[in-house]
Amino acid sequence: MLLFVLKRLAQSVLVMLVVALIAFALFRYVGDPVDSMVGQDTTLEQRADLRERLGLNDSFLVQYARFIGRAATGDFGQSYRLRQPVDELLAERFPATFELSLVSAVMALLIGVPMGVYTALNRRGLLSRGFMTLSLIGISLPTFLIGILLILVFGVVLRWLPTFGRGDVVQVGWWTSGLMTRSGLSSLIMPAITLAIFQMTLIVRLIRAEMLEVLRADYVKFARARGLKPRTINFSIALKNTLVPVMTIIGLQIGSIIAFAIITESVFQWPGMGLLFIQAIENVDIPVMAAYLMLIAFIFVVINLVVDVLYFVVDPRLRVQGR
Amino acid sequence: MKRWILAGATALALVGGQAEAKTFKWAYQGDIQSLDPQGLQETFTLGFLGNVYEALTHYDTNLKLEPALATSWENTDPTHWVFHLREGVTFHNGDPFTADDVIFTWKRSLTPGSDLKGAGGKMSEIEKIDDHTIKVTTPTPNPILPRDLPFFYIMSHKWAEENNATQATSPAEANSSSTYASTHENGTGPFIVTGRQPDVKTTFKRFDGYWDKDLKTNVDEVVFTPISEDATRTAALISGDLDLVFPVPVQDWQRLEDAKGVKPLHGPDARTIFLGMDQFRDELLYSDVKGKNPLKDKDVRGAIAHAIDLKAIDEKVMRGAANPAGLLIGPQINGFSKDLAEPYAYDPKQSKELLDKAGYPDGFQLGMDCPNNRYVNDELVCRAVASYLAKIGIKVDLNAQPKAKYFAKVGPQNGNDTSFYLLGWTPTTFDAQNTLFNIVHSFDKAANAGQFNYGHYSNTAIDDMITQIDKETDEAKRQSLIDEAFKTLKDDYGILPIHQQPLSWGVKDTIDAPQRPDDVLDFRYVTMP
Repeated sequence: MLLFVLKRLAQSVLVMLVVALIAFALFRYVGDPVDSMVGQDTTLEQRADLRERLGLNDSFLVQYARFIGRAATGDFGQSYRLRQPVDELLAERFPATFELSLVSAVMALLIGVPMGVYTALNRRGLLSRGFMTLSLIGISLPTFLIGILLILVFGVVLRWLPTFGRGDVVQVGWWTSGLMTRSGLSSLIMPAITLAIFQMTLIVRLIRAEMLEVLRADYVKFARARGLKPRTINFSIALKNTLVPVMTIIGLQIGSIIAFAIITESVFQWPGMGLLFIQAIENVDIPVMAAYLMLIAFIFVVINLVVDVLYFVVDPRLRVQGR
Repeated sequence: MKRWILAGATALALVGGQAEAKTFKWAYQGDIQSLDPQGLQETFTLGFLGNVYEALTHYDTNLKLEPALATSWENTDPTHWVFHLREGVTFHNGDPFTADDVIFTWKRSLTPGSDLKGAGGKMSEIEKIDDHTIKVTTPTPNPILPRDLPFFYIMSHKWAEENNATQATSPAEANSSSTYASTHENGTGPFIVTGRQPDVKTTFKRFDGYWDKDLKTNVDEVVFTPISEDATRTAALISGDLDLVFPVPVQDWQRLEDAKGVKPLHGPDARTIFLGMDQFRDELLYSDVKGKNPLKDKDVRGAIAHAIDLKAIDEKVMRGAANPAGLLIGPQINGFSKDLAEPYAYDPKQSKELLDKAGYPDGFQLGMDCPNNRYVNDELVCRAVASYLAKIGIKVDLNAQPKAKYFAKVGPQNGNDTSFYLLGWTPTTFDAQNTLFNIVHSFDKAANAGQFNYGHYSNTAIDDMITQIDKETDEAKRQSLIDEAFKTLKDDYGILPIHQQPLSWGVKDTIDAPQRPDDVLDFRYVTMP
């Protein structure tokens, strides 16, 4: 088991290296960072000089190697736009993204799983059909639109919730939390819903499909024949058996929640890593883009690893084989 | 628990009893890059820092030059200026302001990381006559030196030395030199930065020790938040969360007018938008005409100029808030001349004739480059231009892309890879010379001239005039040279002005905030109820 985890972590390094390599190959097409780093009176010579000092004239392989070399010593460079060390910036922004992702993932699970089970058990019920229609809307509406609609309704018309930002935060060590203040919590509601809706609808549909499959299985029929309570059958036997594929998907979805909070964050001006990344793209802030992409790759690898480990916990067959 | 609540309520009541601090909240589409006043020479950054730092001279709400840290100045001979400095001024940390600070700031502006080398280079020597008088030597006669200085913010030499901030911070060197000045400020301006989280929030409060006690503003505290999405920014204003936001998309003006308690605020921007054409290659990069460059032909350029209906673009794309332009500089710019400001007449028939005469009766294909997030409705303007040109047979392939990619493609670092482009310009000195030198002068890398003349328009007669304008200290003679240069350019259809774009802010009805034509918000003039 330990060997398995270590092996996977070693693989993650490889994944990150490849991601960074691809990223550097693409950076040449994003634009010229120097344009947004200097003013209009800066001479051509001074611009060329800055480009040289930043090493932007080197081939992408050289730039890549230099970045990796420094990253190996823990130096991720300096943001071109904000003129701060990149690792500091990411650490500063990570809590905002993490809290948002966590809250919306929990929200998606708490609402999505019961809804999925319900729609599977009462396939023809009116409420089930209502849920399925809603989930279709949820899955097809773009995140940006959902965010703007929420802002218009709850921020502008009703004025219940703040329209942007993270509210007041509490500093706990290096971590900043918005979960402990009133304004922090009320600022969190709309972005969390926006981010949760897609995941939630996905979970509803997935759980429903898997449940329907499992309910047809022989062991469920046998359980019924044994006269077990429907409650026991549905939750202890059927739901448990739907969990393996669902876990894989949800695990990956948590990765994408973190990675694709970009749109939600920019709609709500949520000061997380996604917003940092999108502004880095606009300003061709290469060090931030590179470090962010590597971090996201790492997060995906770790989540996959956690999911794999959880398989062992949930599925006894794997444990038998593992022996 | 109850007791705590009671105590809290009492405390609140006590606070409420005093005069409430007036907090002004505003948002812009981005944040500044650095608090270092020499970190980035860009209008928003320097305008923002102008609330905290001050220079020798200052622009009022109409871009008229007025005294700030200097009370008066005189041009003693063509290459020397004497500035009399204000007495009794202190920096935010209490250091007194003296001539040494000016000299230090000037030296710092020439350090490698500085982005104000341009302004610093306008002075070759500063001599301290006494604590409050300096004598500046300029490398060449410079009749407009005070106009080069309103963004040249004075820093305290003592503070900089104490904090190892004597070198300007640059993103390239930031790892090696101190970044103290990019995260801390110590100016003499009317507001102090009390907190700053880049991209999230910057807070300010009034500086009690400010020298000018008659300041117009009644604001005690300011909260600035960058909001990058247009829709969110507008919503935040309408919801009442903010007092002022900019820019507001032109399309949203109606919404702001319909909403209660807020209004759009628009005025002319000092920026002029124009079209440039490749006039140096023997064959265009993006055209179906091979073996020659149609844009080198004055008749073709004239045909383009007369084919575009600037009034219609103003009405349809800019909701009537732009000023169709005949000149590359607007009325706020020193050197503007009303007689030359009439745009080219819209006359498609004449355009057709000119094209026939040039030998392109069926028109030709032409690639056009355009930014889509740099100027007000930039892509829509380009599309309108393309449809007008289609009417005379010039088929435009529009390549509109984000500014980062646009400038990397058409800029000199990429060999000006374009045939036809849209660009905007605000002269940093608000003087015609800056526009002529950067946009109209022949491209000359060594002299750094024509750096933004992406199409390499070249007219040696105009180049000579620009050189003379640079040195001419007699105002009337200088103006006639400027007029002559613009007149020659206009007759030559060298560069085609479109309009001065509008400034577009959104503000609560109760707030009074003058819009400076360079899109700068100066807290000095903001009043709230």
